Amino acid sequence: MNAPLSKASGCRDVPLLKERGQREVFCGLTAIVWLHRKMQDAFFLVVGSRTCAHLLQSAAGVMIFAEPRFGTAILEETDLAGMADAQAELDREVEKLLSRRPDIKRLFLVGSCPSEVIKLDLEKAAERLSGKYAPRVNVVNFSGSGIETTFTEGEDACLAAIVPDLPETDERQLIVAGALPDVVEDQMLGLLKALGIGPITVLPTTNADEPVAVGANTVFALSQPFLGETHAALTRRGARHIAAPFPFGEEGTTAWLRAIAHEFGVSEEVFDRVTAAPRDRARRAVRQASDPLQGKSVFLFPDSQLEIPLARFLTRECGMDALEVGQPYVHRDVVGPDIELIPDGPVFSEGQDVDKQLERARTSRADLTVCGLGLANPLEAEGLTTKWAIELVFTPIHFYEQAGDLAGLFARPLRRRALLKMDAPEGSLADLRGADT
Amino acid sequence: MKLSVWTYEGPPHVGAMRVATAMKGLHYVLHAPQGDTYADLLFTMIERRDRRPPVTYTTFQARDLGADTANLFKTACREAYERFEPEAIIVGASCTAELIQDDPGGMADTMGLPVPVIPLELPSYQRKENFGADETFFQIVRALSRPMERTARVTCNLIGPTALGFRHRDDITELTGLLLEMGVEVNVVAPYGATPGDITKLGSAHFNVLMYPETGEAACRWMERELGQPFTKTVPIGVGATRDFLREVSEIAGKPAKIDETRLRLPWYSASVDSTYLTGKRVFLFGDGTHVASAARIARDEMGFEVVGLGCYNREQARMIRSLAKDFGVDALITDDYLDVEASIEALAPEMILGTQMERHIGKRLGIPCAVISAPVHVQDFPARYSPQMGIEGANVIFDTWVHPLVMGLEEHLLHMFREDFEFHDDAGASHHGSKAVASSESTEATTRAATETPTPGNVSEMGEVIWLADAERELKRVPFFVRGKARRNTEAFAAERGLGEISVDTLYEAKAHFAR
Repeated sequence: MNAPLSKASGCRDVPLLKERGQREVFCGLTAIVWLHRKMQDAFFLVVGSRTCAHLLQSAAGVMIFAEPRFGTAILEETDLAGMADAQAELDREVEKLLSRRPDIKRLFLVGSCPSEVIKLDLEKAAERLSGKYAPRVNVVNFSGSGIETTFTEGEDACLAAIVPDLPETDERQLIVAGALPDVVEDQMLGLLKALGIGPITVLPTTNADEPVAVGANTVFALSQPFLGETHAALTRRGARHIAAPFPFGEEGTTAWLRAIAHEFGVSEEVFDRVTAAPRDRARRAVRQASDPLQGKSVFLFPDSQLEIPLARFLTRECGMDALEVGQPYVHRDVVGPDIELIPDGPVFSEGQDVDKQLERARTSRADLTVCGLGLANPLEAEGLTTKWAIELVFTPIHFYEQAGDLAGLFARPLRRRALLKMDAPEGSLADLRGADT
Repeated sequence: MKLSVWTYEGPPHVGAMRVATAMKGLHYVLHAPQGDTYADLLFTMIERRDRRPPVTYTTFQARDLGADTANLFKTACREAYERFEPEAIIVGASCTAELIQDDPGGMADTMGLPVPVIPLELPSYQRKENFGADETFFQIVRALSRPMERTARVTCNLIGPTALGFRHRDDITELTGLLLEMGVEVNVVAPYGATPGDITKLGSAHFNVLMYPETGEAACRWMERELGQPFTKTVPIGVGATRDFLREVSEIAGKPAKIDETRLRLPWYSASVDSTYLTGKRVFLFGDGTHVASAARIARDEMGFEVVGLGCYNREQARMIRSLAKDFGVDALITDDYLDVEASIEALAPEMILGTQMERHIGKRLGIPCAVISAPVHVQDFPARYSPQMGIEGANVIFDTWVHPLVMGLEEHLLHMFREDFEFHDDAGASHHGSKAVASSESTEATTRAATETPTPGNVSEMGEVIWLADAERELKRVPFFVRGKARRNTEAFAAERGLGEISVDTLYEAKAHFAR
């Protein structure tokens, strides 16, 4: 039961198919949608265009909050004329915002494509505003622009921007980086504490006043595979990374916990005692939920950076056969342990030329295609079964208790396709569709 | 710089996408960074389109900026032509590409593509989505259509429907039928479903029907001038407007106005006794100018509502909406700031909102029913069933849609009858929402309170000056929940006007008598 994981291939040095072309992915601003829910006293002020505001609104899907803790300072023609002007305008908008929202303790100035292109210096603005509003509000800047960041890299840029300001500590401690839903984070902390590991802090914190410090005796684990810059920033502060497969599925969770337990000298007995019951539950749940996935093929378009760890879960725990595993970019230090475990076979691609990739997806006709919302319905209409990748970012999927749910997310589209019986041969459906226009 | 939380309109290039996606055989090469592809999902998810929008994004990155974004554009443009073989191409820049000034139009022009290439200049930092759609369609029409011989039979073009439009799909069907009944055939519908080839044939119609001024007016004006085609000014939403529209068509086409009203139910439904309860319902209207103007007329003349406020988010229609508001004796609210709209609704305290999906959320928070009359659209605004806004069936659909959020007339009487029933109280929730009823604890509470009855002051009023005495507060709770807010406000206003410091049961009924209509 506790034998080390068999390495399927040593896939680590596997060649990458690198592509450059049109990318069908979100920019980093999208991460604000979940970051602002996690960081409850933070406001995310995008300095950008109407497009940025429209993207956030479209990605957030529904407008639940009258005044959400994010907004866009929309650049206008006058701002584009002179720089000094834009800085003063920003000061004025921040002043208005902070006087209306006294609950805000952290303000993130988020750079966008237009603000990067006109070289609006948000670092300078953050310094100036921090000086003005300290200690009540801490002002930090990061870029979520599409010319620099892809989707989940927005979270990476945000966390990496926090790290340099963290106080120094010599304490032997664990930092877990990555925004997780509260319920999942509590499960994770429960497991780590039961293993006797501590002190533990998580990044990002829910509130500004929760202390996080970092130093040479700090070790850190990543709960999300897209935190390459955060990894580098923590390393620069002297902390050491505990490399491990990511905690998806029973196997991934066990491997992730084991790497940390090993670092903290936890005995096998304790590890088994703490993990045996949830491992068993997770295995049973995955077995049950993954039934429709067994022996089926999967093609993953690049989206959230979760693709490699999820391909590991799908191939090793759900009996699937991966045809192509796309990622926006591959950070081998971070996802190396997952790549090593993936059985030989899939093409690993980095970057995207969406039309070429669509051709490969059509040719390979996988039983399940994992892709973004812009591609899902068109591919369904072509007869492919798809899973929206964005749901994997917004749904709790980490650790033991979510392992079955994770398998279920992939199984549902296949179950659905099997359920629907419209009793219409494909040809006649196409005729009807033609007649519609 | 202006802080924006939620927006009614996207940037102008999204308007251009609405035109390109509505059409066939047209491709849009958009100079844009990674991330702008988010707009694809509006079409594939909200409208459930079964193919990708015909848009190629150049996807430049930071490292390209110093180097060669222009070449990136040319490559993308050439590859898009080879892959999709469109009949015509539109080229333009998104907000970021506008800043790097690569001139997509000029570059595409030098490439010698064998199809028409139409450059778009859409100022992202000044204008918005509706302008983008209107301007894009205008540029396509200007580039492709020419004066030509009219068709032998009387025909018209339907102008303005786009992808992601509010019920455009079904309005086209409804209008086509209405016009056919008068003997007027549709020559071309555009942009919705039209190819560039169809655009070249616009000139053979005798006149244009401008369905949506937001997205088709510039093209109609140009065609009036250059192709000699008059266009209709009435938007046929509502019974009165549909009849006016057909009269207008009759004059232009020189054919007698004909309308088959056997399927029209709104007038009778509105006159029938169950609708008595609709009388004088105070409604607030907000949306795009065209839909608001149509809805205002229906609300007042065809439903018997009282319009207490109206406005629009698109400045292009501000003048029309201001003059309409004057006719209705209310102030026009012209804003794209959602918080202004919310504040205005809160102050006017209408009994119903006719708005967009944004106002639906305001209504939820303020406990005011809302029916949606206009874009911006939501997946709910693309129902599977036939559900137009225009013409005969449109009027029927509007009656149902507006009445649905309200409590029905007979139901309202029953609510009065049963309002003290132990199973029927505020916390029980609506029966059709499936939440489990909770037994009321009020009766026991009331007994305890009665036993220790002292003239303790109740709650301080919302205005903070008048005190509600405990028995008055209790009496207020017996007023049905859907009019309780109004009763509270009226009573407090009544007390404040008379300088009363306290509200007793008597004050409550004095106020009721005072405000009785």
